[in-house]
Amino acid sequence: MRGATQARWAACAVAVALTATACGGGDSGGGGGGSGADGIVSSSWGDPQNPLEPANTNEVQGGKVLDMVFRGLKRYDPKTGEAKNMLAEKIESSDATNYTITVKDGWTFSNGEKVTAKSFVDAWNYGAALKNNQKNAYFFQYIDGYEKAHPESGSASATTLSGLRTTGDLTFTVKLSQKFSLWPDTLGYAAFSPLPKSFFDDHDAWLSKPVGNGPYTIDQYAKGSSMNLRRWDGYPGDDKAENGGIDLKVYTDNNTAYTDLTAGNLDLVDDIPASQLTNVQSDLGDRYINTPAGIIQTLAFPFYDKEWDTENGRKVRQGLSMAINRDQITEQIFHKTREPASDWTSPVLGTEGGFKKGLCGKECEYDAAAAKKMIDDAGGIPGGQLKISYNADTGSHKEWVDAVCNSINGALGNNRACVGGPVGTFADFRNQVSQQKLKSAWRAGWQMDYPLIQNFLQPLYYTNASSNDGKWSNQKFDDLVDKANAETDKATAVKTFQDSEQVLVEQMPVIPLWYQNGSAGYSDRVSNVALNVFSVPVYNEIKVK
Amino acid sequence: MGRYVIRRLLQMIPVFFGTTLLIFLMVNVMGDPIAGLCGDRQCDPATAAQLRAEFGLDKPVWQQYLTYMGNVFTGDFGTAFNGQKVTELMATAFPITIRLTLVAIVFEIVIGISLGVLTGLKRGRPVDTTVLVLTLVVISIPTFVTGLLLQLLLGVKWGIISPSVSSAAPLDELIVPGLVLASVSLAYVARLTRSSIAENARADYVRTATAKGLPRRRVITRHLLRNSLIPVITFIGTDVGALMGGAIVTERIFNIHGVGYQLYQGILRQNTQTVVGFVTILVLVFLAANLIVDLLYAVLDPRIRYA
Repeated sequence: MRGATQARWAACAVAVALTATACGGGDSGGGGGGSGADGIVSSSWGDPQNPLEPANTNEVQGGKVLDMVFRGLKRYDPKTGEAKNMLAEKIESSDATNYTITVKDGWTFSNGEKVTAKSFVDAWNYGAALKNNQKNAYFFQYIDGYEKAHPESGSASATTLSGLRTTGDLTFTVKLSQKFSLWPDTLGYAAFSPLPKSFFDDHDAWLSKPVGNGPYTIDQYAKGSSMNLRRWDGYPGDDKAENGGIDLKVYTDNNTAYTDLTAGNLDLVDDIPASQLTNVQSDLGDRYINTPAGIIQTLAFPFYDKEWDTENGRKVRQGLSMAINRDQITEQIFHKTREPASDWTSPVLGTEGGFKKGLCGKECEYDAAAAKKMIDDAGGIPGGQLKISYNADTGSHKEWVDAVCNSINGALGNNRACVGGPVGTFADFRNQVSQQKLKSAWRAGWQMDYPLIQNFLQPLYYTNASSNDGKWSNQKFDDLVDKANAETDKATAVKTFQDSEQVLVEQMPVIPLWYQNGSAGYSDRVSNVALNVFSVPVYNEIKVK
Repeated sequence: MGRYVIRRLLQMIPVFFGTTLLIFLMVNVMGDPIAGLCGDRQCDPATAAQLRAEFGLDKPVWQQYLTYMGNVFTGDFGTAFNGQKVTELMATAFPITIRLTLVAIVFEIVIGISLGVLTGLKRGRPVDTTVLVLTLVVISIPTFVTGLLLQLLLGVKWGIISPSVSSAAPLDELIVPGLVLASVSLAYVARLTRSSIAENARADYVRTATAKGLPRRRVITRHLLRNSLIPVITFIGTDVGALMGGAIVTERIFNIHGVGYQLYQGILRQNTQTVVGFVTILVLVFLAANLIVDLLYAVLDPRIRYA
């Protein structure tokens, strides 16, 4: 009887679904386990975009893991951003070009292998070699022989950097291709981490479970969904983990992570979604963190377009800068998670490191009347209209671009003076920027690689520099940067970089908008949570109650 | 019957090639994905060129498509930008989404059809009106509203469920997301069944069956329901594909790392290999579901014959 069999089948399906319901589960959603020094902290994570290798990780999600699993020659102080010796015993130079580096004795990788000078030299050579496709290869560009190992086009004529030489078990020398006095301070970046032999011997196995020399080891790694890190008890450094481990959990949406945090299923969210900023204070109280990160956001202009590269263009840019009401936008759109910018660096550098509040002067202050006069005197906006291009897929850029345009339109008394230009995806947006297709302004952002004033200026505004997307070029600026890099005294170098920033005030190649803060929230299960200057949580210092 | 199935299977081939080609072109039109790989800075030209060569992006599109299809037939769906094989991504994503879809379909069948039968037999009564209004409300509220609301109430306020699904995604954690995913279709199923039942309730064969003195229960299940289910089965069949591919919103809300999530990531990162691979499988699922639905017609209504 066919009908009866069908009915039975349907009943079975329901029964299966119900029993499965009753017996399923097992995996505790979050919350971690244990308490005290062995407690596990659960934290939100995003799927890293690239394979987890030190010289191949250029975004914050992969960077988080590297920060737990690796320690390099230097480490940036989580609070001040100051570069302090970590594995480096000493880094010496008399001419800012030739450096002798001594590695501390007694450090090992978590697999027991000793960290030697060779661990660094091999890792750096690997990172620089073109054939390895490492996205952070340019970090090694100052080392002599980089052009041979990683030419701009064509094939490489060398696989190692001629400027690197191992001179002893724990010593090696580095020859730079130009004077760069602040170079040792760049060595805290993850790309300069040492690598164990297993990385080179069995690369695939290493990638599926990276082995490093930091305070944590990777216990379990399910690509795309979670990573469990555990404290490594044999860690020789003095920044040992103060918790039992970190469970990173990939979230499809940071709103869900935030919901999990408020429901008590998660201990730490290091990216508060924009839509929750209005109620984060009432939800979390003092468990909400909002601290400066080394990120500045700007409006960039196309200098390959002759209309912008003129004296009038300069006046228009200054006028536009004065037409943007930074205070209002940072307060109303960003709920104070941004701070109005008044120079081209970031507060995380500190005054000693080169941050100078108000360096930009009146050119970065809102003055609608003066702005209108300047732009009118200069013959109006080139092309008649300012179109600010941005990617619409992530980062809620639409809101602030519209606000900036409103501010400009209001100042100029013209509703069509400025419009937003959304681009579908980030990749397409970057495509248009890098292929010089944009004829008007676009949103630009810079997240520092290392807390140095040099990093906020040279890669962005030096002639033909790697991130000088607008192709701005100014001899006076270039000369001052060269001069600053050649200074052996750090304070003088910083001062000279600030002189070069004065050129930016005069020429306004990009309009500084605001400094971005890192925002995070945590549960009442954990304490001592802080974000470092890169807006990455200082995981090893988190304590579980 | 056999010849019909073979003809249908042969028809799938051009559909399959056509859809994959379309998806391939669409993703390619979006431009060079390598530009997005280096963040807010430009990739250095040499590395970008190397990466382009590695992913085959330096070749003309038709050649990329041919190579891709050639590889697909050997079971190689390429590599995602994070170094994982697309087949590996599929192996983790599809089981989760299939589980989620099953939960949703079970809800559709059990709740949707029961409500439909109930209201269809009691047309015009208060229960009929109530269900009609309720289904209208469910249809008019977008899924993400229902999802976020249930998540907030059940997950945060009352603590009955965990607001997010763990990476293993066991069945019990998928019940609420499954209900959310099913909600709109469920309402449609209820309404479809209702009108179908209401229409057939007046048919001659039902009157005959009742006149023969068959018990009411048997008249409904064996005679009325069986004939009334044809449009409903059609709807549920096409819904299988729609649910699997359209779970993006639900998967995002409940943090389910299924097909929707992988597709979303793939589109954001313009990863042709991931997007085309997943869509290819979804197309196959869709085609298979449609075929099964058509074959089910004959089972439900013996008057329908395939030659």
